[in-house]
Amino acid sequence: MADGDHGDLRAAVAAGVLGAEDLYAELLRSVVEVARAIFGAKASSVFLLDEEADELVFAAVAGDEEQHLVGMRMPSSTGIAGWVLVTRQPLVLDDLENDPRHARDVAESTGYVPKGLMAVPLLHEERVLGVLQVLDRPRRSRFTLQEMELLGLFGNQAAIALDLLQRGRRARAVLQEGEGAAARLAEAVEALPDERREAGLNLLASLADVLRD
Amino acid sequence: MAEPEPQQVEEEEEEELPAWSLPADAVGRIAIPVEWPARVDREWAWGGSTGKGVRVCILDSGVEAGHPLVGEVQGPWSVAIGADEEPVVSEDEEGDACGHGTACAGVVRSLAPDVELYSVRVLGAGYTGSGPVLLGGLRWAIEQGFDVINMSLSTTKKQFASVLHELADSAYFRRTVLVASAHNMPVQSYPWRFSSVVSVGSHELEDPFALFSNPEPPVEFFARGVDLDVAWLGGSRIRVTGNSFATPHVSGLCALVMSKHSELTPFQLKNVLYLVSDNVGGRG
Repeated sequence: MADGDHGDLRAAVAAGVLGAEDLYAELLRSVVEVARAIFGAKASSVFLLDEEADELVFAAVAGDEEQHLVGMRMPSSTGIAGWVLVTRQPLVLDDLENDPRHARDVAESTGYVPKGLMAVPLLHEERVLGVLQVLDRPRRSRFTLQEMELLGLFGNQAAIALDLLQRGRRARAVLQEGEGAAARLAEAVEALPDERREAGLNLLASLADVLRD
Repeated sequence: MAEPEPQQVEEEEEEELPAWSLPADAVGRIAIPVEWPARVDREWAWGGSTGKGVRVCILDSGVEAGHPLVGEVQGPWSVAIGADEEPVVSEDEEGDACGHGTACAGVVRSLAPDVELYSVRVLGAGYTGSGPVLLGGLRWAIEQGFDVINMSLSTTKKQFASVLHELADSAYFRRTVLVASAHNMPVQSYPWRFSSVVSVGSHELEDPFALFSNPEPPVEFFARGVDLDVAWLGGSRIRVTGNSFATPHVSGLCALVMSKHSELTPFQLKNVLYLVSDNVGGRG
């Protein structure tokens, strides 16, 4: 095996982990900004699921006034975002100011009660990553199924990108544990002479298969 | 229906397997006295029906009893994970955790005003465990023998698909009609894809009785699901869009038909829905 292959492995690891945090924040901002632009809406936000805490985390928002909300947490299965997360079904709601409970809850935390809200689950393969919301799009005419489809398609694209970056973050977290087994394994394989390196990689692949089973 | 005590949802006991066959001398004993008209139309299907005597269960976020568009809820139940990690059903005191279940109940009531409404809340107790809670709630609802179960929800987890499939088939043979929302996003989800359920997507028309049969399943029917006025929390009303609101329209229509034709199996009921669909000439 040529020396270049060692470089490829290092490059692949680096691509997976370096800068993941910056990219992650950038992607989240981009998702909400594009969502707001597509529908000409007043605001847009993303809630991500923290499975360990069983909570939804307010992860990004398009609209300067609400930036202080980023990081806020709420129960994972109550309210509209919770319903969308757990049922995995998109929803479009208007005249929300008529709902006294929603208006009170939202106003207490944001000072802003949207009249209308579109919410779509961020689904990738079997996983639900969170919920994308688009607030107060202009009501020019009746809502159409075409808009619903667009919301679903965009949510799907955002989920694919988020899933990719979340995997990168997890990989980095594992590798950053300096004494971690995964880091030591990666170092050991990299240090192998060419003739044994392929066998080492095969062994790791087999181990991964065993762990997956 | 007798009011069940809070109970653990049991795995169905293994039934003794009978041998299925029909001896010649038994043929006369299984005559099924059903009279089908030459043409099944809406007048035959639900003309004069108010849904009276039909029990509809809303498997959702709970239902706000007493809402002007909902009225009485005969049995509010909720499902949670018990101490031994198994789903437990008990009387619900929290009502609706979102507003969605109330909206669905109101839609069913608007089409079939005299149905008995029941609520099984499978949402609101956290995301973790929501799969077992959903399965436990559905299993319990099937065991109660409701005529219609409205499921405006789905799961993408393949690990639940086979159990959901068994539950859907079990409902089918017990003559409980499962009406499930199709996904309007490009993902694999369940139980709406199973042929033993009635799956529903949205059309854009304003007529709540407009029903279309889809010639290209797995989504089988389209009902009103865009920009409709529904019941929400605190006695309020809002405007909504989504397949999850098309689904209770079909549940309501099922209730109307079953009230008039209690002998129909879910398979026959689905055929009636097909025959009365707008695109099959079912307006009569």
